[in-house]
Amino acid sequence: MVELTSAAPAIVRDCKTSFNDPSSEAGKEVSLMSAVGSSPEMPPRAVMSASDIARAITRMAHEIDERTHGADDVILLGIPTRGVDLALRLGERLAEIQGRAIPVGSLDITMYRDDLRRRPARALLPTEIPAGGVDDALVVLVDDVLFSGRTIRAALDALNDVGRPRAVALAILVDRGHRELPIRADYVGKNIPTSQLETVRVQLLEHDGVDAVVVSGSPQSDEAS
Amino acid sequence: MRGHLLSAADLTLDDALLVLDTAQELAQIADRPIKKLPTLRGRTVVNLFFEDSTRTRISFEAAAKRLSADVINFSAKGSSVSKGESLKDTALTLEAMGADAVVIRHPASGAPHRLANSGWIQGSVVNAGDGTHEHPTQALLDAFTMREHLAGGRGDLAGLRVTIVGDVLHSRVARSNVRLLSTLGAEVTLVAPPTLLPVGVETWPCSVSYDLDAPLPTSDAVMMLRVQAERMHSAFFPSAREYSRRYGLDDRRVHTLPDHAIVMHPGPMNRGMEIGSDVADSERSVIVEQVANGVSVRMAVLYLLLGGAPLTGEGE
Repeated sequence: MVELTSAAPAIVRDCKTSFNDPSSEAGKEVSLMSAVGSSPEMPPRAVMSASDIARAITRMAHEIDERTHGADDVILLGIPTRGVDLALRLGERLAEIQGRAIPVGSLDITMYRDDLRRRPARALLPTEIPAGGVDDALVVLVDDVLFSGRTIRAALDALNDVGRPRAVALAILVDRGHRELPIRADYVGKNIPTSQLETVRVQLLEHDGVDAVVVSGSPQSDEAS
Repeated sequence: MRGHLLSAADLTLDDALLVLDTAQELAQIADRPIKKLPTLRGRTVVNLFFEDSTRTRISFEAAAKRLSADVINFSAKGSSVSKGESLKDTALTLEAMGADAVVIRHPASGAPHRLANSGWIQGSVVNAGDGTHEHPTQALLDAFTMREHLAGGRGDLAGLRVTIVGDVLHSRVARSNVRLLSTLGAEVTLVAPPTLLPVGVETWPCSVSYDLDAPLPTSDAVMMLRVQAERMHSAFFPSAREYSRRYGLDDRRVHTLPDHAIVMHPGPMNRGMEIGSDVADSERSVIVEQVANGVSVRMAVLYLLLGGAPLTGEGE
């Protein structure tokens, strides 16, 4: 693309295929994708179906059981809104596997966001910590999409004020990349490489009447992060 | 919500429900080991109190501190106000110090409105009681308390029957409550001697009665108002004893209430005057709960006014 030469002129002049050059790779990717994103015809594409989501959740439940060695102090905390639905489903699967009830709750992160002052004050979402609290438990945070990592940073701060878990893990249905903080997921439903300009939307029966993950190219729709 | 909270009449149904729902989430904080949120870090809230107050000032201070705001307490006593400084000069001083919100209580009705619309300060203004005009956060905490007890803690207060008794003439609590409760769909009845009802009360969205015994059997909540002796410069009733007998909530009257009804009082109480001491301490009384709810509601108001992006453009 034309922009590339201006972005990294010296290197591009030397080697025509800038693919070997990591420093210009990100720039190239964005300019390429912006061309795609700005074209209004780009239709939304479904990347996970209802059965894909169900299988991913079942596998994640098995992974949690395996990697925690069947620990009996696992608590699932979903981040509203869709993270809570996923946590409930994950809790159901895990309960089937382990043959006991799994405490599932929700953790609102609104008051801990780092972008509060960029938008008008938002309504708070429910926080419900299971009876018994999170002290010395193994807390698995559950959210729909992992993007910048800022939501999870806020969730860790929020959790810190609620109690002191023995350990915290992160389960995510879709990891779309583009992290802005040193945060990673322990349990991932599906890795979906995306451009910054794309929108990943997780749709769940509870809120959207359908189970699906859809990627669309519209740059200005609201991003689940 | 808009940039200021000056009157309960400014709140639409959606605004009021947003405050109540937010307060409900924030009420959980009180049960946590760490009763603090980082939301208003670096913001300054000034409590500007030109009139005595225990509950409201402490409540606003606790609310701001739980949201991690810096709090500056200012009371007229011991300040330059006693040397004759005007509201304007005080406001300009606060503005120079960078106050993001000013919580004001003032003996003059309309002082918060003046402060908000004069251009003296940029921050949000919260009315914490002005003269005999309004006290919107008290109305919000009263509505919150009623919703918890009588409406399952959610939605509006449609169909709820609330009786407000006593010195309506001098009561900013009554004014704010009538406005907010009617917004929320409750039916309000004011009960007072004719001398303690303001001119124009017939235009308020409520009904009026001179007889306390009539509305009690159908009331879901009874709110007793303090007889504000400090604002009474003439005789409004023959004697305290006569007032108490006709308009005080005593044991006998409480027994005519439905079983689920609650007794409220904005405080401070004149025990034995408008409310019997045993009634104030009874199981129906939610007076202490009102104080606790006050912190949650004020946290919600401060969060909604200060938590998001600063509003640009018009003041109110």
